[in-house]
Amino acid sequence: MNSTYDVIIIGGGIVGCCCAKYIAECGRKTLLLERQMIGGGTTASGMGHIVVLDDSESQFQLCRYSRDLWTEFAETNTEKIEWNRCGTLWVAADQEEMDAVKDRFTYYNSRGVNVEILDQKSITETEPNLKPGFLGGLLVPDDAVLYPPAAAKLFSKLAESYGAEIRQYTEVINTTSDGSVTLKDGSKIHADTIIIAAGYNSSDLITDLPVIKRKGHLVVTNRYPGMINHQIIELGYLKSAHSAAKESVAFNLHPCANGKIIIGSSRQFDNYSKDVNFDILGQMLNRCFEYMPKLKDLQAIRTWAGFRPATPDKTPYIGPCPGEDKIWAATGHEGFGITTSIATGKIISEMLDNIESSIPTAPYLPSRIMAGDAQNG
Amino acid sequence: MADMITIYINGNEHSVREGEILSSVLAKAGITEFHKSPDGSPRGPLCGMGTCFECTVTVNGNQHCRSCQTKCKSGMKVETR
Amino acid sequence: MTDSKKLHYDVVIVGGGPAGIAAACTAAESGCSVGLFELTNNLGGQIWKSAEQNQQPMGGGGWVRRIENSKVKIYTQAAVFAASGMDTILVETPDNVLQVKYSKLILAVGAREIFVPFPGWTLPGVFGIGGMHNLAKLGMDVKNKKVVLAGSGPLLFAAAAHLRLHGAKVKLIAEQADLPNLIKFGIKLPKLAPSKIVQAAIYQSILLGIPYKTHCWPIEANGIDKIESVTLTNGTKTWTEPCNYLASAFGLCSNLELPELLGCEIQQEKVVTDNTGKTSVENIYCAGEPTGISGVDGALVEGLIAGYACTGNHKSAKRYQKKKTKTILFGKALDFHFALRNELKELVRPDTIICRCEDAAYKDIKNNTLWREAKLYSHLGMGPCQGRTCSGAVRYLFGWEKTTNRAPIFPVRVESLAGYSETCCDKASTELY
Repeated sequence: MNSTYDVIIIGGGIVGCCCAKYIAECGRKTLLLERQMIGGGTTASGMGHIVVLDDSESQFQLCRYSRDLWTEFAETNTEKIEWNRCGTLWVAADQEEMDAVKDRFTYYNSRGVNVEILDQKSITETEPNLKPGFLGGLLVPDDAVLYPPAAAKLFSKLAESYGAEIRQYTEVINTTSDGSVTLKDGSKIHADTIIIAAGYNSSDLITDLPVIKRKGHLVVTNRYPGMINHQIIELGYLKSAHSAAKESVAFNLHPCANGKIIIGSSRQFDNYSKDVNFDILGQMLNRCFEYMPKLKDLQAIRTWAGFRPATPDKTPYIGPCPGEDKIWAATGHEGFGITTSIATGKIISEMLDNIESSIPTAPYLPSRIMAGDAQNG
Repeated sequence: MADMITIYINGNEHSVREGEILSSVLAKAGITEFHKSPDGSPRGPLCGMGTCFECTVTVNGNQHCRSCQTKCKSGMKVETR
Repeated sequence: MTDSKKLHYDVVIVGGGPAGIAAACTAAESGCSVGLFELTNNLGGQIWKSAEQNQQPMGGGGWVRRIENSKVKIYTQAAVFAASGMDTILVETPDNVLQVKYSKLILAVGAREIFVPFPGWTLPGVFGIGGMHNLAKLGMDVKNKKVVLAGSGPLLFAAAAHLRLHGAKVKLIAEQADLPNLIKFGIKLPKLAPSKIVQAAIYQSILLGIPYKTHCWPIEANGIDKIESVTLTNGTKTWTEPCNYLASAFGLCSNLELPELLGCEIQQEKVVTDNTGKTSVENIYCAGEPTGISGVDGALVEGLIAGYACTGNHKSAKRYQKKKTKTILFGKALDFHFALRNELKELVRPDTIICRCEDAAYKDIKNNTLWREAKLYSHLGMGPCQGRTCSGAVRYLFGWEKTTNRAPIFPVRVESLAGYSETCCDKASTELY
C-alpha cells in the first residue's frame, strides 16, 4: 500500500467507480476508497433507469450524453450489467399532461433524441396492463435499464485492470486542501487531486458544498415477464422531483431484465432514517394502483428505502471546488446518478487532463454554488 | 368423503377430490417440472412447508402460487411452465 | 382492494406447530383471549399434520383436538409479514390483511431444513427429508416409488417410516454422522428423552430390512429432467443407487426472521430467552426451535411454559422447568452428535446452484466476504424464499449470516403493503448504511 497517488476518489458507488475507471485508464495512479462495499449505498437503492430527462438543458445534455455512453458500453457487457433497452413511456393522465407531451416531443425531437407520441389506442396496445383510458404518452425508445450494483462492480474491476487500487471497508474521516486524506485508523494518504464522490455524505467532507438526503422507497416483485414492456412513468414525476414539498410520490415502474418489476417512487426531505415508512409507501403504492390496478395482486418480495443525494439547484457537482485547489466533487446526482455516472466519470477525467468534453461542463462546476451564486443550469 | 371435481392442468381435464392438495395432484398426473428456474432448469417441490417457492405454478392466471399450499377447487386452471 | 381488519387478543401466538399449540392451550386456560396464526393450511407444524392426527403416540392428535376444543381463535394460511409499533403484527390471509394487536406475543415459528448443495440437488424429485415427509402427508403418492433418504438426524427415521407405511420402496437410509456418534447419542436417550426409546423401537420395527448406513452421504443426484439415481459415498467406496425420489437435508435451522424483525436478541442462531421464554423485548416470548433445535419435546415444554408465564401463571410454568432442562440437553446432544462433517463442504462444484430462486451458483458467490456482498452482486436471497432455502447452506459453506431482514418477511400481495399509517418496526440498522 502506497501513501501517494495522483488521484484519490472517495466513494465507491457507481459514480466513484466510473470516475476510477476513466481516470485510471488515462494512466493516473488512482486509489478509490469505499467505506462499505462497492455499489452498496445509494447505488444499490435505486432502480437502475437509464433515461434522458429534460428538466433543464444541463440535465438533458448530461443524461443524453450518458445514455449514449451506456449504450455503447452495454453492447459488449449486456448480461454483466443486466441491460435491457426497453425504452421509457411517459403516461399522460389528462389533457394538460398530453399538451406537455407535445412540448416534450418538440424538445427531444429538435435535439435529435428518438421520441414518439402515442395516442390512446397505441398506448393501450404497447402497455395493455395499464388502466384503460389514458390519453396517450411519450415513448423514448432508446432509454434502458440496468442493474446498478453489477455495473458499479464491473467499473471497479475495469479500474483495477487499468492499475487502480480499490479499498473497500475503508472510511475517510477528513480531507484537507493540501491533498491529504485521513482514514479512520488515523493514517494519512496524499494525492494531487481528491475527488469526493460520496453521494449524500459528501457534505461531511466539503462543508460548503450542500448535498442533502432525499429519501425514496421502492418495492420489488417476483418475476412477471411481459407484464410491462417499458419503464413507465407518469408525467407528474418531474413535478415530484422538482418539488420542494416535504413529501411527494409519483407512479414509476421499472422492468428488470430478469422479469421482476420495481415499483416506485417517493421523495421525502428531512427524513434521515433508513427505515421504511409504511405511510408514504402506501401513498406511493396507491398512486401506482391508479395507473395500473393489476399491480395489487402481484407478489411483493422486498421493500427498501434509500437516499438520493440532492443539491439546491437539482444539478450535480462535477469538477474542482474553488478555493480548495486539490479537492474536486463528483456528486449530487439526485435521482439520476445511475444514468449520469458514466458521463460524470468521463468528464471529470477530461477535466483533469484539460480536455474539452463533448458537452458544456460549466453548469456542473461546484463554483456555481460555492462562489455564492446559485445559478440554474 | 369429499366430492370429485374437475380441474384443468395445462389445458387437460383431470378429475380430483375437492380440497386435494395441488402438488400431490400434479405429481399423480406425472408432472415433475412445476416451473422453470431463471436459467430454464426444471424445478419441483422441495420443502413441503410453504417456504421454498419451488412448487409454484400458475393458478387461474395468478403466477407463483405454491401448489403445496393450494387446495383444488372446481374449475381450477393450472399451468406449469 | 384488500380489506384491512383490526383485531386484538391478549395473547397472540405465531406458529401452529407443537410449541404454538401448547402455548395457546395453556394461555387460554387463564381466560385470556388468544389468537393463533399459522402460515400453512394446517396445524401441527412439520412434525404433526392433519393426516397424523389420529395416530398416537407419535402424532399430535391429542394436542390438536385440545386446541380445536378450546377458545383459541385459529387462523390458517396466515403469513405474518411486518410489525407495527411495539404491539401489533401485520398478517396477510388469502382475502385480507389483519392488523393484530397483542398484549403478549409468543413466537413459535419453528425451524426449516438445512439443504447442503451438491450437484443435481435441484432436480425435480429431490426433496428435503421433512419436505418429503410433509409432501407425502399432503397426499403425494409414494406407492412403489424407490426412495433413498440421505442426510442427517432423527428426522430420517420418521420420514422413512411414514414413507414405508404408505407403500414406498425405501432402498436406503444414509446418515452422514458416524456410528460411534450415533451410539453415544443413543446412550444419552434414556436420561434425556426416554419416550424416544419407545419411538426408536417402533421405527426399528417399521424399517426392518431397510439398509441403514452411517458415515454415508450423497455426492450427486443424477438425471436430466428429474432424478433417476443418486451417487453416495462412505468416504472410501462410492456407488450409485437408482431411485424415483431422493429425500435429503442436513439438520434444522431456526426461523429467526420474525424474532429478528421484532428486535429480539439473537446469539449463535438462537433467540435469547430467560427460563420463562421471555425474550429481550418487552411482552414478547419465544418457544420451540427458535430458542435452539430440540425437537417436539422441547417445543411442547417451552410452549407450555411460555403460555403459562405470559398469563401470569408462574406456578404452572415452574412445574415444567426440569423437563425443559432435559430438552435443552437433548438439543445439545443432537447438535453435537449429528454435527455436519467437513466432506459435505466439498460437494459443491463451481456451477452447483446455491440460491435456487435466482440460480446463483457457487462460483458466483464464493468470491465475496459477506452475505450482503453476495446478495448485491449475485442476487443471492433476492427471490421469493427470501433466503430461507439457501441461508443454511451459505452459513455452512461460507460462515456468513443472512442479514438484510426487513418487512415484508414473507412475500405478500403488493396491495397488502398499502394502507398503514404507522411506521413499521424493522431493523434497518442491520444494514450497513
